[in-house]
Amino acid sequence: MPANNSASLEAFELSCVSKRYGAVMALDNVSLSFPAGTTTSLIGSSGSGKSTLLRLLLGLEWPDQGQVKVDGEVLESEHVLELRRRVGYVIQDGGLFPHLTALGNLALLPSHLGWSRERVRQRAEELAALTHLPSGALERYPAELSGGQRQRVALMRGLMLNPDALLLDEPLGALDPIVRHELQDELKHIFDQLGKTVIVVTHDIAEAAWFAERIVLMRHGKVVQDGRLEDLRQRPVEPFVTHFVEAQRTLREPSV
Amino acid sequence: MKYWFIAALVCLLPSMVLCATPVRIGSKQFTESVILGEVARLAARQAGVQAQHQRELGGTSILWSALQHGDIDAYPEYTGTLTHELLKNVAADADIPTLRAALKPLGIGITDSLGFNDTYAIGMREDRASQLDIRRISDLTTHPELSFGFSNEFMDRTDGWPGLRQRYGLPQTQVRGLDHILSYRALSSKAVDAIDLYSTDAEIPYYHLRTLDDDKHYFPHYDAIYLYRLALEQNSPAFVEALRKLSGRIDENAMRKMNAEVKLQGKKETTVAADFLGVKPDTDGAGLLSRLLQRTIEHLKLVLISLTAAVLLAVPLGVFSARSKRLGQAIMAASGVLQTIPSLAMFVFMIPFFGIGTWPAIAALFLYSLLPIVRNTYTGLVGIPADLRESAAALGLPRGVRLRRVELPMAMRSILAGVKTAAVINVGTATLGALIGAGGYGQPIVTGIRLDDTGLILEGAIPAAVMALLVQGLFEGIERWLTPRGMRLEARD
Repeated sequence: MPANNSASLEAFELSCVSKRYGAVMALDNVSLSFPAGTTTSLIGSSGSGKSTLLRLLLGLEWPDQGQVKVDGEVLESEHVLELRRRVGYVIQDGGLFPHLTALGNLALLPSHLGWSRERVRQRAEELAALTHLPSGALERYPAELSGGQRQRVALMRGLMLNPDALLLDEPLGALDPIVRHELQDELKHIFDQLGKTVIVVTHDIAEAAWFAERIVLMRHGKVVQDGRLEDLRQRPVEPFVTHFVEAQRTLREPSV
Repeated sequence: MKYWFIAALVCLLPSMVLCATPVRIGSKQFTESVILGEVARLAARQAGVQAQHQRELGGTSILWSALQHGDIDAYPEYTGTLTHELLKNVAADADIPTLRAALKPLGIGITDSLGFNDTYAIGMREDRASQLDIRRISDLTTHPELSFGFSNEFMDRTDGWPGLRQRYGLPQTQVRGLDHILSYRALSSKAVDAIDLYSTDAEIPYYHLRTLDDDKHYFPHYDAIYLYRLALEQNSPAFVEALRKLSGRIDENAMRKMNAEVKLQGKKETTVAADFLGVKPDTDGAGLLSRLLQRTIEHLKLVLISLTAAVLLAVPLGVFSARSKRLGQAIMAASGVLQTIPSLAMFVFMIPFFGIGTWPAIAALFLYSLLPIVRNTYTGLVGIPADLRESAAALGLPRGVRLRRVELPMAMRSILAGVKTAAVINVGTATLGALIGAGGYGQPIVTGIRLDDTGLILEGAIPAAVMALLVQGLFEGIERWLTPRGMRLEARD
């Protein structure tokens, strides 16, 4: 996916994809596309299939039926390692390896690809500036970092090779509200700044709307509605959409 | 480290080949056999033949197997053992010429009787026997309340307890298996009323025992003889000649006297055998320290080589087990079965493949080491959280790199714990290696148990315990050193 491609090209595309785990339909005949350079929020209750969808895009799972295309080409297992190197992936707890320092985590893939130590450090420091990781944190082990710092390092690890796309699976799910709010701002800023294809999985409608204009609401492995927040609010395709959007509590003045 | 072991292996191989030059005499793990082994060695020396004596090689099956495979050249045996246990299709009362003919196709030669019959007998304390008026084995039938303690070998052999009970119709039900060496103590402490013993045992007069008359002539003749490899008649005729000259020279009294000198007066087998032959004993001259050093080296060799080989095989097996569920179950079951084989049996199983001495012991220890290492490698790898394993995959790292850089380091602690368990168990189990001639700390333990010499037992047991503690400490150090610091920290939140 060369960076100068026109925005009309689809970075990721699923056509009629189904995936079953035993008796559970994780994805049920889903067709979706994600144009290059756009940010999309995938939202739904737990078990709605949104994480499975991300994992299919990375070749961590394979569809039972249907096709996954990346950059217009059908995903095949022999190209899956190259694909993963062009896509940054961040999960809820960061997925940092506890036996390596932050820098060791960042260096894992680059040094396998033959980067020099200096080049790794230089890139790590660039990204530390981008994600506001405090200096000195690079030398620490994941267990010595705060939750927010761990997520920053995880994001940096995803960005080390300057990938074309970022897939984030509930990246802020395990953080306390203040850190979470702060990181929401920062992530939004980073997405805007980098102009990459971004897919964020979350179960928080406010966070979804904050990150992306396009929101895809999923339920029981199916796409319920694909649109903007207003569409979901004003033109829900079924009562569940309203139910989901309104289930998020907002603070109001006591109305007594 | 690995190269060091390979270098050590390469250095050891030629020394195994060189060992083949002198004539090798074996003996079983009881005093009479050791004395007869020394008699043969000294007689050979007298005849100008270089010979070495591998003492206390466990029981009959080990020596018989070692003789057949050419790991030893000769050992003292009894005709009754040949007719009842070792040779099939031979009458129970076969004479020596018959046995010679039966042994010839096996490539084994036999001397004439050395002059005494060391047969099984049943012994009781003199006071107890006279109180109950028991003189013959038949008299036992009227005392069903008596309890017996028999050596494990006697319990199992067809010519032992099962046959004896049938012949005399013995009604006793309290029958226990005891180590022969301990049975005299059991008898004198009144824990049992009767034991099996050998007619030349030194303890018979010492403990004031009465040997019961075998009035139905159940026990076969156990004439002492030497067995030797027929190949020696060409390779070392002087040695065979020296063995033959010993026949008819040792009568029951002479043997009982030599046994008593060793067991009750604490003389060395070498001294007693030399006195008998009228030659000067060759002094072994080794002090406690040099003995200890020698055994430490032997013991370490057993433990280190077996453990290294086990690590090299078991870690990959653990990795495969973690990768494929079905294969994993098969590997785990197989190494679990190995663990259930009793140590001595395992050592004996190894003789056909590796002979006697260091290598079968190493092979047995190697097999015992597999399970803890395979299991801990498997547990360590399977215990890595799925999201971390997936993160490594999602980075785009190939499988091998993931294993080396992520999964094995995270499982390191568990793997090392498995190696530690295997090492500590090995240090203990290696003491049994002495029974197949592997030396080590087991040697003084085996001799000490045989001679009822607590000092000798401790000479092996204390260093073995110290080594086990050191190994434990060493591995805890290695664990600390090899476990990445990040794995020892508690996550903060």
